[in-house]
Amino acid sequence: MERTAKERLAWTAGLAVVLFYALLPVFWLLSLSLKTPDTVSDKKFIPQKFTLDNYTTLFSGGLDSPLLRPLINSTAIALIATVIAVTLAAFTAYAIARLDFPGKALILAGALAIAMFPPISVVGPLFDMWRALGLYDTYPGLIIPYLTFALPLAIYTLVAFFREIPWELEQAAQVDGATPWQAFRRVILPLAAPGVFTAAILVFIFAWNDFVFAITLTSSNDARTVTAAMAFFQGESQFTAPTGNIAAAAVLVTIPIIIFVLIFQRRIVAGLTAGAVKG
Amino acid sequence: MTAVPIGRKSRGARGGPVQTSDKTKAERKLAFMLCAPAVLAMLLVTVYPILYAIVLSMQTIDLRFPEESGFVGLRNYGAVLSSELWWSGVFFTTAVTVVTVAIELVLGIALALVMHRAIFGRGVVRTSVLIPYGIVTVVAAFAWFFAFDPSSGFVNNLPGVAQDKAWFGDRWSAFSVITMTEVWKTTPFMALLLLAGLATIDEGLYEAAKVDGANAVQRFFRITLPLLKPALLVALLFRTLDAFRVFDSIFIMTRGSQNTESVSILGYNQLISRLNLGLGSAVSVLIFLLVLLIAFLFVRGFGTTVPQGGGKK
Repeated sequence: MERTAKERLAWTAGLAVVLFYALLPVFWLLSLSLKTPDTVSDKKFIPQKFTLDNYTTLFSGGLDSPLLRPLINSTAIALIATVIAVTLAAFTAYAIARLDFPGKALILAGALAIAMFPPISVVGPLFDMWRALGLYDTYPGLIIPYLTFALPLAIYTLVAFFREIPWELEQAAQVDGATPWQAFRRVILPLAAPGVFTAAILVFIFAWNDFVFAITLTSSNDARTVTAAMAFFQGESQFTAPTGNIAAAAVLVTIPIIIFVLIFQRRIVAGLTAGAVKG
Repeated sequence: MTAVPIGRKSRGARGGPVQTSDKTKAERKLAFMLCAPAVLAMLLVTVYPILYAIVLSMQTIDLRFPEESGFVGLRNYGAVLSSELWWSGVFFTTAVTVVTVAIELVLGIALALVMHRAIFGRGVVRTSVLIPYGIVTVVAAFAWFFAFDPSSGFVNNLPGVAQDKAWFGDRWSAFSVITMTEVWKTTPFMALLLLAGLATIDEGLYEAAKVDGANAVQRFFRITLPLLKPALLVALLFRTLDAFRVFDSIFIMTRGSQNTESVSILGYNQLISRLNLGLGSAVSVLIFLLVLLIAFLFVRGFGTTVPQGGGKK
């Protein structure tokens, strides 16, 4: 199809609008994080004076610093939750995509229902149970509730990917004498690796994003994640708002997401839409 | 897991056609073993707590006054349902849900069409819209909060905006900022789902319609929209349920002041701030029922086909 100069111009303008709208708040945070305390309230989009103090104070004091511990907590908790969820989901998704058994639709419908679950509905009982079991303000105390959204998400993404894998290879392996388990481990798993990886990225992003569980089931930096820590940042004194620090922390929290998006955008899009549309 | 007894003959298989029945049995057994851990984990982390919430909601449990505990039946529900605070929360949450989903629907379709018909730079658009989607909700909330904050935000410095406009000092101006944040954050999800839906539409239909003299508007309403309906309904269902549990952005921006409490914020305040587990659990259960109701309306009312994990069925 021929494209006229007019169409190209309109498209470029549209592109510019989308880019501007999508990235404006990110640049605003970056700008705030680089402003000095005396210019942080100047309401100007471009900083007049630059400083990195907002970043360095976040880490001064090592493990007692405002951000280092939460950053470690967030990373560890999100990673562990991802590994557990994707491992368990991989077994389930394999069974659903490959094996014939009753209750398939029930598992998928149940997983979808659980994915739509309002987290606030389970926060009360978890708060009560965790305090009795000693899980309040601990890593497992957050990892376990994260499975509520991580497992359904991983199952859905993996089922969609596993259904695309050619059946014949597994049967061929079984004809050659492999048991179904061996066929799974030696043939299907390598083919499934990209899907597994995609599911892992999505689950990690969702776990990293959690706020409801993080503020209700933690009370100190022992297990508090970055999202919760940011909501509880204090100013240097009672009268200074910690705007610059929050903005700096926000930028740091956003960096891994931007890296993921830049490197894996195709996978993320495929993973997000695979489960939802093709059915 | 390695000890799955695949090769062994299962007892019940002897009567029937040996080969197939044996294989079916083994396959089922393997399937159940593979599904059991995830299914048990899901039941344990959601069904058990929700049942526990129902139990809590029928008791007086206030952690500040532990000696006054006891079974009270449905009294907590009566207290919640007769309180103005609850209905104000339901109204505000519904308003946020309806307005954000409506705006997202229009913007999402527009964005999906733009990406679908991309002349160049499709990757750039996709990357840039994925960033709002991937960004932590709390970060997005802070970004927009600081932008509209009267003491440091650039918005009040824009021409035509009052310098001292207190955006978070009034219910509906706070509502507009909250809505805007939600729309910014989740329109990309809507657009990407719709884009995947657009990709399934046969291009030949458009060519045929063009030959028959249909203009762009007619092609959109007669071809695109009807064929996009299944993807559209799924996207709407997901987004409606997601919008209804709005919490993060309100917590950051107003903490529910100026009557901006969503039902989730209300539940949080009862459970965690006031440590009233009985009343708070009643709120939690009611939110859960409302979410079920929305899902039911979508599936029964609009005929939304819930996806079965994609691919061939």
